[in-house]
Order: sequence, then structure tokens, then C-alpha cells
Amino acid sequence: MSLILSEEQELLRDTARDFVQEHLSVKAFRAIRDQDVADGFDRKIWAELCELGWAGIPFSEEVGGAGLGFAELGVVLEELGRTLAPTPLLATVALGGTAVALAGNETQQKEILTAVCAGERLLALAFQETPRFNPEVVETRAETAADGYTLTGEKRLVVDGHVADTLVVTARSADGSVGLFLVDAGAAGLSVERTRMVDSRNAANVRFDGTPAQALGDPTASAAVVDEVLDRAMIALSAEMLGGIQESFERTLQYLKDRDQFGVKIGTFQALKHRAADWFCEVELARSIVLMALRGVDDAAPNLPQLASAAKARTSDVYIQSGEEGVQLFGGIGMTDEEDIGLYLKRARVTELWLGDGDYHRHRFATLEGY
Amino acid sequence: MADLDTFRSETRSWLEANCPAEMRTPPKSAFDVAWGGRKAEWASPEQKQWLDVMAEKGFTVPTWPKDCGGAGLSKAEAKVLKQEMRALGCRPPLMSFGITMLGPVVLEYGTDEQKRKFLPPIARGDIRWCQGYSEPGAGSDLASLQCKAERDGDDYVVNGQKVWTSEAHLSDWIFCLVRTNSDASKHDGISFLLIDMDDPGVEATPIELISGASMFCQTFFDNVRVPVNHRIGAENAGWTIAKKLLQHEREMLSDPGGSGSPTGARKRGTLADDARLSLGASEGPLPDTALRERIARLELDTLCYKATLTRSADGAKAGRGVGPETSMFKLYMSELNKRKSDLRVRIRGANGLGWTGEGFARDDLAATREWLNSKAESIAGGTSEIQRNIIAKRVLGLPD
Ligand SMILES: Cc1cc2nc3c(=O)[nH]c(=O)nc-3n(C[C@H](O)[C@H](O)[C@H](O)COP(=O)(O)OP(=O)(O)OC[C@H]3O[C@@H](n4cnc5c(N)ncnc54)[C@H](O)[C@@H]3O)c2cc1C
Repeated sequence: MSLILSEEQELLRDTARDFVQEHLSVKAFRAIRDQDVADGFDRKIWAELCELGWAGIPFSEEVGGAGLGFAELGVVLEELGRTLAPTPLLATVALGGTAVALAGNETQQKEILTAVCAGERLLALAFQETPRFNPEVVETRAETAADGYTLTGEKRLVVDGHVADTLVVTARSADGSVGLFLVDAGAAGLSVERTRMVDSRNAANVRFDGTPAQALGDPTASAAVVDEVLDRAMIALSAEMLGGIQESFERTLQYLKDRDQFGVKIGTFQALKHRAADWFCEVELARSIVLMALRGVDDAAPNLPQLASAAKARTSDVYIQSGEEGVQLFGGIGMTDEEDIGLYLKRARVTELWLGDGDYHRHRFATLEGY
Repeated sequence: MADLDTFRSETRSWLEANCPAEMRTPPKSAFDVAWGGRKAEWASPEQKQWLDVMAEKGFTVPTWPKDCGGAGLSKAEAKVLKQEMRALGCRPPLMSFGITMLGPVVLEYGTDEQKRKFLPPIARGDIRWCQGYSEPGAGSDLASLQCKAERDGDDYVVNGQKVWTSEAHLSDWIFCLVRTNSDASKHDGISFLLIDMDDPGVEATPIELISGASMFCQTFFDNVRVPVNHRIGAENAGWTIAKKLLQHEREMLSDPGGSGSPTGARKRGTLADDARLSLGASEGPLPDTALRERIARLELDTLCYKATLTRSADGAKAGRGVGPETSMFKLYMSELNKRKSDLRVRIRGANGLGWTGEGFARDDLAATREWLNSKAESIAGGTSEIQRNIIAKRVLGLPD
């Protein structure tokens, strides 16, 4: 698949951009933050997004999806990333939904994904147990029970866990294998604590105490599936991050052209020009690898894990760099809450550390490549 | 597409029938790829034979028109040819500045007569060209060049000096920027001249580099007579052509494995292979975690860089030409190559410190020399600082 957008994808981007600018601007995000909206997003707008078909982009037409791919999902996520729009798209569709699509049996796919596409169900993927991302650590236990399983353990940084109707959870069975399980929001022995993160988004700390659960597909056969789900999650997140990277770069570039000091635009200073030029290269490289990874999902690329790590390593490094450069080049005003650039730095921090930062992914890449 | 398939199968059989077995092994050094010219020294009879059959087909410059020595192929066909050559492991038959730099601007700006005169010998590898741009006082600020050409009847008389002229001592002709009007502003008084280095008054003397090689020269012009019809484009309009040529040069220099990269011509093991050998670690994660991290970082940056080249090529297919974004490629590629050459020495530790002779393996000595040579990457063809200036101005639109 070509690394530039097709005409259809450009059309989707334009539609998405218009919608996002109108309904999901940075201003709208600030309103949600300032009112401390309990859900952390606007349900009315989410319903409209689902009507536009965004929640079903990568899912099959049988479940009410659009039958498109990650390339298209990425287009939309990038636009949402540009305005820091808080929506359930990432957690429900790219993470939880992907897990159901990859690991679920036919009945589960039909039931859950149909509801997701229709905007009637929110999902969250609960996998992280350690402070730093390390998906190999799974101490949450799954024990067989009369009609299914019970889960015991704790998860953190469960993005959108506080609003999810269904949690998709990684847990270890008695035989040591790691699998995926479904837990309903109201289940017994489940406690969900909403946290407010530095980027004003919400994740949950989730505790399972003998909580009834259902296996997603075959739990003993799904160890590899967990990796596949996480690869896709990293790639989708990278697409959102790319939007934030591009936007913070463009906003700063504009500031260099607008701000006067010493009687000239600060963009005339060579020290700043060179930083902008290097930053531009980084942004372009990030875009290329994200596009390649998104297409890698759709084309079933044999080196998809490498592409996922390449994309996440890059966007992690470049987004945090973009946030830092942005604040620095805006000067004093960059430190204020009133100026948007700092919001990008905060989102950069969260998305950088979520699902593995640059160091994690370089290490993983080396392992995947056999050194 | 059916046509392209036919072209592919025809090309493959032709290559199989015509590419000598010796030319299907990876080149061991830069000398294993022909650069042509009157002073060419052939590494083997097969090297010459391979060049001759390819040139006859027009395949040394596949997209050039037939009457200019090319095969008149479309871009798609040229890509197929490249793919088939790669599939069979065929070496490039010929590399030269004529092909990558001069040819494209003669095609764009030359008269029909100039095209027919200058292009076929480039395609055949008969004439080797070098680049006479830089002068002692004009490097990054190229437009301040002083080498002078004064009109005398149907000739120009050229006087002055060029410097850093790569491979001038092995070349036959030089494309030169000369000042034809000293009164105009510095960009407006420059012309683009083609000069035969056998002409009386031209002299090139090699300069020794930090790597010990002498691949570039000082080139002197003392009352050299050059016919006016060896000027490309109008008098005093050379700057536009000069800049266009630089874009082609930067494009060449940003091709990993292209003639511009010092490591490109030689096929080598991966950095991880080098590290295993040096660390004596036959399997498992490399025990030197700092080295491992450096290697992964470089490999990932390379992957992202290549993805960007692919994206740019996909963009070109959709109708975008060579523009100032080549500066980005040049900038990034130079820094990548420098880091890679640096890492090869770093990995080798004490084995990477040899200069000559006993006690060092050939491959280790080569790595050291390559590290030194690689420093040129961010200087030649416009320094990295200049590339950043160009990006800031032309791509990002930052004010002067
Ligand atoms: C291996 C090699 C091969 C070469 N081959 C050829 C050839 O075949 N033909 C040819 O004509 N030339 C050739 N060159 C010359 C090359 O193009 C010049 O060296 C180059 O353009 C830099 O010019 P300079 O050496 O005069 O350095 P200078 O221009 O003096 O630069 C010195 C330093 O100042 C910096 N600098 C200069 N101006 C600015 C600015 N405006 N902003 C910020 N920093 C600036 C530079 O980046 C550099 O770091 C070759 C050079 C090398 C190393």
C-alpha cells in the first residue's frame, strides 16, 4: 500500500478535520477539563462520531463496521490528536475492539462489536500492572469457576476504565498461560477508581477480587494474541501522537513567524531556524514510520512487531521533544495554562510512557531483531 | 501493466544472457564499480564488457532519450530494470557525476546540439566529468565565486581556481561555474561552462585527506579558451542551473547505497554481526547494553529514514518532483552515515584504531578509513548547516 493517502483517505481526513475543528477543538477539551466532566468526554459528540461510522472503521460490515483498516483509523486518530480531543475511540475501538476482533469467538465478536459500532458500548483494555510498561508481568490470576472464570489482581493505567461497559483484561491461568478475559462493568468484586492524569485525561486503577469473567476466545491459545493486540494498540496510539506532533510543530513554527524581539521576528534567528529544521526532519520521519506501521497492520506485514516498536519509539521521542521545544520557543507564555502549547507537552508525557517509551521499544526492537 | 510484465520478463532474460557472472557478485571496494572516462582502469575485462553491453542497450541511463544514449524508458520501466538487476545481483555498470548531476541539467537546459554532443559519451562511460563549483573563497557562499570567463570572439577565456574538485585528476571534462559579469549582483553574473581538461592551461593537483586518500584536487585555469557553445543556458543565467544541479546532487547523496555513500558500494555485515564478533558473543542479547542500544537506535532511525524515502517516492509517483525537501534527505542521510561509520569503529574498540600494516585485519583498517571519510558527508554537496538554512527558508518559510 502506498505511503501517501489515497483520494478516499484524503476525503476522510478532510471530513474528520472539519468535524474535529468544529466539535472537538482544544477549546472544547478545555471546557471538559475545567468542568471536570465525570466521563472525561462528551457523550453527545461521541454519539455523533459513531453515527459518522468512526467507531466501526476497522470492523467488518457483518457487525455494522465500515470494513476499512488501520490506515483509515489512523487518519481519524491523527486528526483527534491535533486538537487533543478526548474521545473513547482509542480505548474502545483501537484497543478493546481490536482485542475482541482478534481473539473473540464468533458470538462475542457479533455481540460486542455490533454494540461498539452502534455507539452502545465502551471498552477498555486492562493490561498494565507495573509502573513502567512491561507487558510480560501478568500477576492477575484467572481461575475456572462454575460458568466461566474469576479474576483476582490489580491493573493500572486502564485508559477509559472508568467509563468502560466491558473491560478486556489480561490474566494468567493456572497453567501459566496468559489470556484475555471479559469483565462487565457492574461485576461483583470489581472496583474501578477513576484517576485524573497530567494531561487531564482519565485512566482507572482497577481491582479484581474473585470477579466473574468470561474468556475472550480460547484463553490458553491467546498468549500470542495479546502481543498482536498490543502491537496494534501501539500503532494506533502512534497515529494519535503524530497529530499532536504535527500540530505542536506547526503552532510553534507560526509563533516563530509572529513574535518580535530585537526589532525582528524571532524566526530570523539562525539558532532557532536550525532547531526548527531538525525538528521538521523528525516530524517527517515520524509520519513516514507511522504510515508504514498502519499499513503494516492492513497488509499483515511479517515484521509488524518491529514496525510497531519503530513507530512507538519514534513518536514517543518526537512528541516529547515537540512538547519541550514548543514550550521553550514560546518562552514565558509557553509556561502559562492559557497558552495551548503546554497541553501538548502534557499529552506527550502520557502517551510517551503509555505502551512503552523510546527506551523500551529500542530494547524490544533489538530483541526482535535477534541482538 | 501487461506491457510492464512483458518488459520485465524480456529484461530478465536479457540480463541473464548478458551480465557476466563476475558482475553478479557484490562489489568488494569502490573500484569494483566502473566510473569510466579516458583514464579508466578496468578492474577486469568483464567489468568493461558489462559496461559496453549495458551502454549499447541504453541501460546505463535508462530514462534518457535514445538519441542521448539512453533507452527512453518510462520511470516505471526503469524501476523494473532496477528491480531485475537487484534480483540477479548485477552490479551497476557505471556510476558518474555525468549521469547523476550533469546529465539531468543538460537534458533540461541544453540545446539539442549540446545534448547530442555531451550526453552519449556520458552514457557510454567514455567521458568522465567532475564538478567545478567550490573555490578557496567560495564554499557555502558559492555565489561569491571569482573564477572568471571573459568573452573573446567565439570563445571565453577562463582564469581562476577551483578547489575540492572530487576526482579531477581522473576526469576528462569539468562543469564549471564562472563569473561572466562582475558588475551584476553576485547571483546574476554567473554562467555554467563545460571545459575539456585536456585543453591547454587546465591543471589539477591532488590534495591529501585526513583518511590518507587523495580523492580531490585543486584545479587551476590559466587562459583556457572555451567555445561559447559549451555554455549551458544563457550567459549570466548559470545560477538557476547550478542550484538545480545541486538538488540532483543532494538527491544522489541521500540514496542509501547510492554512489554518494561511502559504504554504499560495499556490502557488509550488519552492525550486530560486527558487535557479536567484537564482543565474542555468539548468541542471545548483546552483553554490552550500551552498544546494543546505540545499534538499535541507528537501525530504527535508518528504518524511519527509508520509510521517508519510500513515502517521497510514492509522492513522486503521484506527481511531485524534486524540490527543496531533498535538503532534508541530504541532511539526515549524512548524519546517519556518519553515525554508522562511527559506530563501526566504536564496536571494534582497539581493532578500530589501526592506520596501516601488521596487526590489523583489512576489514578493520577499512572501517577506520571509512570513519574518517564519512566526515565529508556533512560538508560536501552543501554542509549540514546550509541544508538547515535551506529547509528553514524554502520548506518552513521562516523569514530572513
Ligand atoms: C569530500 C568532498 C568532496 C567535495 N567535492 C567537491 C566537488 O567535486 N566539487 C566542488 O565544487 N566542491 C566539492 N566539495 C566542496 C564542498 O562543496 C564545500 O566544502 C562545501 O560547500 C563547504 O564549503 P567550505 O569548505 O568553503 O566551508 P565554509 O563555507 O567555509 O564553511 C565552514 C563552516 O561554516 C559553516 N557555515 C558557512 N556558512 C554558514 C551559514 N550561512 N550558516 C551557518 N553555518 C555556515 C559551514 O556549515 C561549515 O561548518 C567537496 C567537499 C568535500 C569535503
